[in-house]
This record gives sequence, structure tokens and C-alpha cells, in this order.
Amino acid sequence: MSLVELKNLTKTFGGLLAVNDVSFNVEEGSIVGLIGPNGAGKTTVFNLITGNYIPDTGEAVFNGKNVVGMQTHRIVNLGIARTFQTIRLFKSLNALENVLSGCHCRMKSGVFASMFRTRKQRAEEKHVLEKAMAELEFVGLKDQWDIQADSLSYGKQRLLEIARALATEPKFIILDEPAGGMNDQETQELIDIIKAIRDRGITVLLIEHDMSLVMKICEHLVVLEYGAVIAEGDPETIKNDPRVIEAYLGADDDLL
Amino acid sequence: MMIRKQDILCLAGAAVFACSPLVLDAYWTDVLNNIGLYAILALSLNIILGQCGLFQMGHAAFFAIGAYTSAILNTMFDIPLLWTMPLAGILAGIFGLIVARPIIHLRGDYLLIVTIGIVEIIRIALINDVGGLTGGANGIFGIDRPMLFGLKIKRPYQFFYLIWGFCAVTIFLFHRLENSRFGRALNYIKDDDVAAEGSGIDISKYKLIAFVIGAFWAGMVGTIFAGKMKIISPESFSFWESVLLFTIVILGGMGSIRGVLLGAFLIIGLPEVFRDFASARMLIFGAAMVAMMIFRTQGLLPPLPRKYDVSRFFSKAEGEQS
Amino acid sequence: MEEFFQQLTNGLAVGGIYALIALGYTMVYGVLKLINFAHGDLFTIGAFLGLTLLTSLGLTDSVGPVAGLLVLAVMVVVLVGVVGYLLERIAYRPLRTSPRLSAVVSALGASIFFQNAIMLIWGARPLVYPHGLLPNITVDIFGVELPLIRIIMFAISVLLMCGLYYLTHKTRIGTAIRAAAIDQGAAKLMGIDVNRVISLVFMIGPALGGAAGVMVGLYYGQINFTMGWLYGLKAFTAAILGGIGNIPGAMLGGLLLGVVESLGAAYISIAWKDAISFLVLILILIVRPTGLLGERVADKV
Repeated sequence: MSLVELKNLTKTFGGLLAVNDVSFNVEEGSIVGLIGPNGAGKTTVFNLITGNYIPDTGEAVFNGKNVVGMQTHRIVNLGIARTFQTIRLFKSLNALENVLSGCHCRMKSGVFASMFRTRKQRAEEKHVLEKAMAELEFVGLKDQWDIQADSLSYGKQRLLEIARALATEPKFIILDEPAGGMNDQETQELIDIIKAIRDRGITVLLIEHDMSLVMKICEHLVVLEYGAVIAEGDPETIKNDPRVIEAYLGADDDLL
Repeated sequence: MMIRKQDILCLAGAAVFACSPLVLDAYWTDVLNNIGLYAILALSLNIILGQCGLFQMGHAAFFAIGAYTSAILNTMFDIPLLWTMPLAGILAGIFGLIVARPIIHLRGDYLLIVTIGIVEIIRIALINDVGGLTGGANGIFGIDRPMLFGLKIKRPYQFFYLIWGFCAVTIFLFHRLENSRFGRALNYIKDDDVAAEGSGIDISKYKLIAFVIGAFWAGMVGTIFAGKMKIISPESFSFWESVLLFTIVILGGMGSIRGVLLGAFLIIGLPEVFRDFASARMLIFGAAMVAMMIFRTQGLLPPLPRKYDVSRFFSKAEGEQS
Repeated sequence: MEEFFQQLTNGLAVGGIYALIALGYTMVYGVLKLINFAHGDLFTIGAFLGLTLLTSLGLTDSVGPVAGLLVLAVMVVVLVGVVGYLLERIAYRPLRTSPRLSAVVSALGASIFFQNAIMLIWGARPLVYPHGLLPNITVDIFGVELPLIRIIMFAISVLLMCGLYYLTHKTRIGTAIRAAAIDQGAAKLMGIDVNRVISLVFMIGPALGGAAGVMVGLYYGQINFTMGWLYGLKAFTAAILGGIGNIPGAMLGGLLLGVVESLGAAYISIAWKDAISFLVLILILIVRPTGLLGERVADKV
């Protein structure tokens, strides 16, 4: 069964057609890559799924439920988590508190419980601390738990965003250029982390410009150009698709 | 160990402070009372402005609604003043909810302007004697003194214990609130609201709750204010009161309880110490605000990072290493 | 009908003043995306400077009322322009790269500073402009007797607005201002000295505000140190109403607000006069934050 089904999504900004009738499915438990030249509308597709933008037409069905028009935090609650292309961490807070923000939607204690420190509230705080530390450990940032987010290196900030997204206990995680700004070694570690995420039963959809990474870990690729899907299939097929080669290179050079 | 030492220092300081009415005359005790009132008001504003980063410039409106609620209930229906406190808070809270709801999504500077507008509309409404309840420009007089355990509170030192007792409770509760899921959520929103929403936080809900708590508390301070002054009139709740509170939070340190307390002492207390420059105090505060933004944006005493006990997550690893 | 026409023209005259102040907000917002909270106080400074110069120099006696007021206006405009320039240099320029809300707080601090400086210099009591500077004549228009000063006021504001429109839309420097408003980075790359443009905007806006201050002094006769924030708030409402950042919008918004307020005061209640404009402000921000002539811009995620 497909975990995510995008059906005829279209989004315009003013006169610009950013996403044009995009439809594709993401199978449960898979790692899917969304690729395409700059400005093809990849991030816009992400924003349509996560409720940051509302499509003009079309549906984004998650787990049998159309999430179009829902508020972003409700969508996160349903089990869709994301990272941002332009890193959006809580800069003045430390790594641990950044991850704790992801735990928020799985917690219950409110204002009164917090003021009066009820037994339940204390137990919950203890529990999420464990969970947040576990997620930090998962991405390899456990030792940096008390470092302020904007003091971390670029690559580590990307990992911290992933940890924060994982803390929301998602079924489906959307990574927007996770390897952006990473060096080779960091990218290698990232590949392991993404595979480990899938092994936890979380379905992954990612945008990435690093083709070697995409070819290595994605089982399925969707290629976008000028807001429309021009090809779809496994990496081997995509690599040899003439339309994709042309979209990427505008010529006959073989870079893939 | 460190924490315990700090706690002891805090308690010792509080104990010394609690003795101050014994050595101060009525005038200076009253100055401390004013500082206390502003401190509580600024702490309640701090939830909205300091913790959540919402530029609320109309806090005097909530304060006014609390004070008028108590004054009306007390003078017209003879309800003992302190009994009206919860209702004063609730009405101010409901008002906060109603006005904040449509404007909560506005960007910082727009929100600032709108809240200024709201506090002015409230003041104009009070002057125009809405519903014949508020006494117009003269306000309401003959408000009873608060009674606590059969004791009538009327002398400055008695008010000192009432006000600073309430302030202590406020600090205690707000400190806990700050170190909780709720407090963290407000900080996430302040830092980056798009990321907060993307992390699953219902940002409008939390902004509204921040407004309601701030308004509720300001309303309760209104009750004490009414009992202390015995007369309240619209001019007690002008735009300038809001500016003063705003300045206390910004100069003291947004989101920092100790910063807000320091701010209240500096901004309300200093002009009393240097009486010669009292008329120039706002001039100096204005210049200080500009200088603060340029040289020390975070305020005099910025918030300390929250403490988390994570030692248990490391003990095992260290054991393996050794 | 006569009453209506009186209120309408009064509204247009006051609206012209709102529009002049609103232009300052909108121009600064256009290039810096900052609400210059101190702008209303620059307007007050204009009113007080005008009064001081008027009484101390005695220009109206030596060169006649019209020429005297003209010279006076030029002096006020230049002086307030200089204050505006200094304000930007001291309070805003160091914060150009800081979070936007720091600049907002700085603006607020500057406003508090100015207001209290005015109070310390000129006193807390309201001051009165000398009477009889402008002849108290009424003119018959379509059978309605209108005070001449009202017509002059309206004419002057329209003239100033036309001048500004010409400056921003027909001259080289105006093009630079509009370019910097659209994209500072790109303007810089095209060889526009953005710092100079910003300084210029901070001189023109306050200068218009200062002129409005003198006009208010002449029209109402009385000025006080707190009037800046009330006029400022209303002018800001006008700027929002027309679409902030939009120069013709500020003109339209100012005139519209003046008329609405004047008619509201006459037909609804004079006691709620000030509340009307705040209500307009709140409603506009809730219903259509982009204003009448503003364009909708999507937030980038």
C-alpha cells in the first residue's frame, strides 16, 4: 500500500506555475528521491505536503487521509515530519532543547500541571529527556547536547534537524537537501543514518543534489522539471532516461 | 551542590528583603510596594513579550479591566475586595482571549501598533463611562481596603507583605512554567515560529494561552492596585503605563525573571533615588532602549539556559571507557 | 447638507495632514521595512520649532505673513530633516543587520526619547500659536461658507504630495529610492548608494512631517508634546489603510481616514473620535493587512 499519494497537485504564485499537476506515490518503508534542476518546484511540493502552502488543486493523501488544508502542526501530529532546506533550528537554544521541540506534540502536560509539577508531569519530562537524548545519540550528537544550535557546524546542524524531526515520532519523514553543506565523510555518515531511519520503519522522501548519494540510497526516483513530473522509476532507469539527461544538462554530456 | 548554594543565597536575600519594612519609613516602603506591583505586572507581560516574543504594548488594558472589575464589584455589590481577585483575573483573561484571537497572527511590529490601539480604545471607553459603570473621567472612589484573615490591610508595610507575597508566589509559579513543556514551546515560537509549527507545535494556541495567562495575572494585580489606591481613574491606565512595563521587560532581559525584577527596581526605583532627574527619567530610558538594542540586545540580565540532568545518560559510557 | 459639506472639507484638510505624516512612515517602510515609531515625534518637533522660530524671529512682521510663513516653513523643514537624518544614523543604522524587532524597539526608544526631550525643552503645558497670522476669512463655495485656511491647508498638502510624487517617479534620485525599496541588494549592484538613499528618505519623510506640524499649529492654534503619538498613530493607520510602502496609497489613506474620522465624530459621537481611527486600524490589519493599494506577498518558507 502507498503511504503517501499525491494526486494532481498544482500551485501557482501570482502568474508563476510552480507545481504543475504533480502526482506520484511513496510506498511504505521505501526511500524515495525527488530530484530535478534548481527551481523545478521540489521544495514547493514538500511545502504542499506539510501544509506550509495550500495547493490550488489536487490532493495529498497520507495514510488514507487527505491532508490538504490542514494546519502544519496537525499534519506533524498525524506522522509527517520534515527538515528545512535553509536550516531552521532554534538558534538560541541548545541541541537538546531543539530535539525536545519535536517531542512536544507527543506530550500532554499543560499549564496547570507545569505550575504545580504534578507527578505525571515530572514523569513525562523524564521520559522525553530520555527520548530526546536517544535521538541525539541516533544522529551522533549526544556529546554536543548542550551546545547552542547555531554554534554547531553546518553538517551537524542538518543532523540536528533530522533528530528534531525524528522526535515527533513520524511515519514519514521529508528531508530537504540533507547533505547540503556536508563534506564527503559527513555525507557518508548521513547515508548510514538515512538507511537506519528506514530500518526503524519510517518512510523517507528526500530532495538532494548530490547524485551519488541519491543513486546509492534511493529505491525510487521522481524527476521534476518546470513544476511537472518528467520521469519516474528506479535509479538505473532514471540515469538512462534521455529526458532526464537533457533536463539536467541541456546537452548530451554524461554527468550522472 | 551549585544549585543548592544558589537557592540558599536567594532565600537569604529574600529574608533580608522581607525585613526591609522594619527599617524603612512609610514613604520608602511604599516605593517598594510600587516596585512590587510593577514587577508582577512586568512578570505577567514577560510571558507574552519575553517568553513568546509577542510585541504586546497594551498590557495596561488588562490591568485596567482587573482593577475596574474589582472596584465595581466592591463598591456596587459590597463584595470583599480580595474575593473579587479571581473574577478580575478571569475577566481580564477572557478579554485578552477575545482581543488577541483575531490579531495573534500579525507580525511583531503590526501587533505592537494594534495593541496600542486596543489600550487606547479601552481608555476612551472608560472615560466615556461605558454602561454607566466606570465613573467616566473621574473614575471610581471609595474602594474598600483588602481584608486578609480578618486583618484590614491599609498601612504601607502591610501592603508590602501582601504585594511581595503575591510577587513571590508569581515568581515561583512562573519559574516552574518557564521550565516546562509550555515554557519551551513559547521559546520555540519566539526563536522561529515556522520551525515551531513544523515541529508540531500549535503556535496560535500557545500564543493565545500566553496572552490569557499574562492578562489573567495583570487583572489580579489590578485588584491589589484598586485596594491600595482606593480610587482608580482612566489616567492610571494610560499608554505610558504600557510603555513602562514594556521597557522593564526589554531593559531587564526578555524572558528572564531575574532580569524583569532588576528592571522593575531600576525603572520604578531609580527615579525615586535620584529625585532630581525624575522628570527626565523617560528621556533616559528611551535613550537606554536605543543603546541597549545596539550594544546589548538581550538586556541587562538575559535568561539563563534551562538545566537538564543528563548525567545518567553518560555514566554507563564513562564506565566502559575506564 | 451644509453640515455634511463642512465635515467633509474639514476631514479633507485634516486628512491632508495625516497623509503628509503617513508619507514619512510609508517611505521609510518602503526602503527599510521598519516602522519608524519616532516619526510622530518628529512631526511634533516641527510644530514646536515652528512656534519658536515664529515668535523669536518675527519673520511675519518684517517680510509680511505669506513670505514670512514660507521662510519659516523652509527652515522647519530643513531642521526636522536634519533631526531625521541624525535619528537614522544613531538609532537605526547600527541595527541594519540585526533582527528586525531590535530596530522596532530602538525606534520605540527613540520615540520615548524625543517626546520627553520636547517636554523638557518646551514644557509639559500646551503652547499656543499666535492668533491672526492668517486672515480669518471664509469663502463661498457652492453656497457653503468655508474657512479660507482650510482650503489653503488642503491645497498645500496636495501640492507637497504632488511634489513628492514627482520626485519619486520622475527623477533619477526617485528612481533610486524606488529601486532600493524593491531590492536593496540589487540596487547596490546597479551602483546605487543605498546608504545615501536611506539617509535621503529619512530627511524627506520627517521634513514632510515637520511641515505638517507647522500646519497643525496654524490650523488648531494649540500644540502639546504628546500630540505626536496620536497623530503618528493615525498617520500610521492611514499608511496601512493605503497599503504600507505605497506612496499614492499613503495619500489616499490619509485623506480617507481624515474624512471617515471627521464624519464619524459628527454623526456618531465626538467622544469616540479617536477610537474610530484605532478601530479602522485594527479592522484593516485583520481583514486586509496589505491595505487598499498594497500587493500581496507570499511568505517564503
